[in-house]
Amino acid sequence: MTDLHLAVALDGAGWHPAAWRSPDARPGELFTAGYWTGLVTEAEHALLDFVTFEDSLGLQSSRFEGPDGRLDQVRGRLDAVLLAARVAPVTTRIGLVPTTSTTHTEPFHVAIGIASLDHVSGGRAGWRPQISARSGDARHFGRREFPEFTPDRRAEPALAEHVSRLFAEAADVVEVVRRLWDSWEDDAEIRDVATGRFIDRDKLHYIDFEGLFFTVRGPSITPRPPQGQPLVTALAHDVQPREFAARGADVVYVTPHSRGEAAVVTGQVRAAEAAVGREGEPLRVFADLVVFLDDDAPAATARKAGLDELDGAPLVSDAFVFTGTPGGLADLLLEWRSAGLDGFRLRPGVLPDDLIGITRGLVPELRRRGAFRHEYEAATLRGLLGLGRPAGRYTRAT
Amino acid sequence: MEEEGPLMPVKQVHLAAHFPGVNNTTVWSDPRSESQIDFGSFVRLAQTAERGRFDFFFLAEGLRLRELKGRIHDLDVMGRPESLTVLSALAAVTSHLGLAATVNSTFNEPYEVARRLASLDHLSGGRAAWNVVTSYDAFTGENFRRGGYLAEADRYTRAAEFLQTARELWNSWRPDAVVADAAGGRFVRPDGIGTFRHQGRHIAISGQFNVPPGPQGQPVIIQAGDSNEGREFAASDADVIFSRHSKPEEARAFYKDVKARLAKYGRRPEDLKILPAVTYALGDTDEEAAEHAALIRRAQVSPQTALAFLEGVWGRDFSGVDPDGPLPDIEPDLGEGVSKGRAQFRGDRGATVEQWRALARQKNLTVRELVIEVTGRQSFIGTPRSVADQIEEFVRTDAADGFIFVPHLTPGGLDDLVDKVVPLLQDKGVFRADYTGPTLRDHLGLTAARTREATS
Repeated sequence: MTDLHLAVALDGAGWHPAAWRSPDARPGELFTAGYWTGLVTEAEHALLDFVTFEDSLGLQSSRFEGPDGRLDQVRGRLDAVLLAARVAPVTTRIGLVPTTSTTHTEPFHVAIGIASLDHVSGGRAGWRPQISARSGDARHFGRREFPEFTPDRRAEPALAEHVSRLFAEAADVVEVVRRLWDSWEDDAEIRDVATGRFIDRDKLHYIDFEGLFFTVRGPSITPRPPQGQPLVTALAHDVQPREFAARGADVVYVTPHSRGEAAVVTGQVRAAEAAVGREGEPLRVFADLVVFLDDDAPAATARKAGLDELDGAPLVSDAFVFTGTPGGLADLLLEWRSAGLDGFRLRPGVLPDDLIGITRGLVPELRRRGAFRHEYEAATLRGLLGLGRPAGRYTRAT
Repeated sequence: MEEEGPLMPVKQVHLAAHFPGVNNTTVWSDPRSESQIDFGSFVRLAQTAERGRFDFFFLAEGLRLRELKGRIHDLDVMGRPESLTVLSALAAVTSHLGLAATVNSTFNEPYEVARRLASLDHLSGGRAAWNVVTSYDAFTGENFRRGGYLAEADRYTRAAEFLQTARELWNSWRPDAVVADAAGGRFVRPDGIGTFRHQGRHIAISGQFNVPPGPQGQPVIIQAGDSNEGREFAASDADVIFSRHSKPEEARAFYKDVKARLAKYGRRPEDLKILPAVTYALGDTDEEAAEHAALIRRAQVSPQTALAFLEGVWGRDFSGVDPDGPLPDIEPDLGEGVSKGRAQFRGDRGATVEQWRALARQKNLTVRELVIEVTGRQSFIGTPRSVADQIEEFVRTDAADGFIFVPHLTPGGLDDLVDKVVPLLQDKGVFRADYTGPTLRDHLGLTAARTREATS
């Protein structure tokens, strides 16, 4: 059996809104470096492929349309790229995948930020581009007015058009970022004392991107990252985001709720690849699951129910919510995997509890079944996913 | 001169280190020169600065590669990372050193910059600083969605409003907003997270900020402007001035002028530290130091660099000119100029051409010698003892509060300064033997920004 790939999505105190009230949670440390380095080193000890860091350009809220004024949930978060960079020097092999906004953040800044993360981590950077549809977030920038948007009204023509434009813009952002990463050839730095030249300017390239939304000239100010192209990942629930992923990403996260749905969505991903004419490596397909893990299944169920009660409502998630034992989860992952998935991105319900359930419970169970690595087999994140180091797009064939 | 009694504290020196810049101050042809981009180079320089108990480590920024005659300038070190990302990583391998990022206020938005700086402040335990710069050139704008939208005359008003807005965002949370009271079910206290609304000429935003205040409340603000508006901006709003005045008389005049501007903003002279950027060359004797300095200068001004430099001032093609021959009789083109990006020559080019012609004639200088002569020697040249004396004197006589040292070598460029000069300053009692607090504000002796906000 080939190994499955395993990632963990980190956010605040965990993915349950009341997670911070769990006995082992460390809610007073959420804004400290020690909290995050502790979590990521725990994940690295278990040899996970990568961790992702959520981010947003607005305050968390239980309502899509704006702040909810709630005092009983985690509010505030640190910049994901800086969080990943802070963790990089204290880890050596695990991939680090921060989220940034394709809607409000300048593509040039994203390109140099992720390239720099790749430099400081020695080739372990990834990126999760995400659109920002909320009108409240747009008001934090004051550059554009967005319609009031809620997911349940997304079928309305004006709102569908709004989201469609944001994805088209996101596709351009990914294209610009990827071009900027390639805008320095690997051997551009020559240090030729005889001619006095530090750089071979013929190996630096203007990217001259011109799209509907913006133009970017280039080249980057940052030399090509160690991986050439850091790993690009995207979450997709629908046709348009799947096609966005198929155009520009290396990994897609999907949210099936059963093995059957996993088979369907894998097929949809392959269809999206065909629709956009994707060439080269196929998307690596990861299913997202929220997990609550305990040594016996009723304890996990009871723990989640307790948190639901504290929060005043059952947990709502786009992803399947698993409560049970690490062994039970291992069985489920292997069954779903046979539907064509490459791996899973697990969202721990509570941190650190359910991360530890993954690293010290699930991972040994998967190893017993011959389905997870015993040592890191590559030094870069692309390498862990079986992706080679691509040649730069501007490099002339010799 | 007033005698200092034993109880009168001696004015302390502040020291900062600049990562070797993307320009010809940095010598890449030396065999000891290593990568400008590998993280190891940043670690080595930052840890050396911390070993020397420096106040902070400083990264510059340039958002477009420089060009000469319409082509990318290829003679100087080039390529750098995104400052905040590298500083956040450096927070993991240092414990006290302040971490200063240069971040442009023209091609960024306040919400994003404010949250990134607050994040760095959290992730470093209160060591973040922001060097607020502005650029207005359409050339750099070509890398950004906004393009070149800002007129030169507006750059300080934009920068001032940008900083003001960032402060409004940082102040929109109470410092004690996060209570994380699990038993009581309160993560944040009522009214802990306020709203903000800024309606100004350059920026119109509203909503809620999403990062709690960092350990310093607000990061340390650095500013480098030298014009009247720049000085006023710094006097009203900055904690540190990164000054260009490293000659004692000029520096004293600048110091006096800027410090005198503080009172009208309700600030004390010690609330703003003036730190000129300086370079140095050491030797065991004065003669050795002078030789070392001359060697560095020759390495900084290669034959090709000398020609490129004159092309930037003359606006003419100098290819074919012998750098080791006399200054050729080429008439300058004083039109638009051929150099673009951060390092372009900004003075009066016509007058400069006449001065340099006279200088070359008078001293019988070759092209390369002329450029070496006019582009400035090191600020401090001498034995460790004499450099330590110069530093002390400079600070004691109110020409500066300290210095930002710009080394010429990556990554070993701070080694002899830290190993040989810093101990002498410590022996003199004018520089800390160890850090006395965890935050950069502690090192700089600055009061909390929030307190100042409240009293203004």
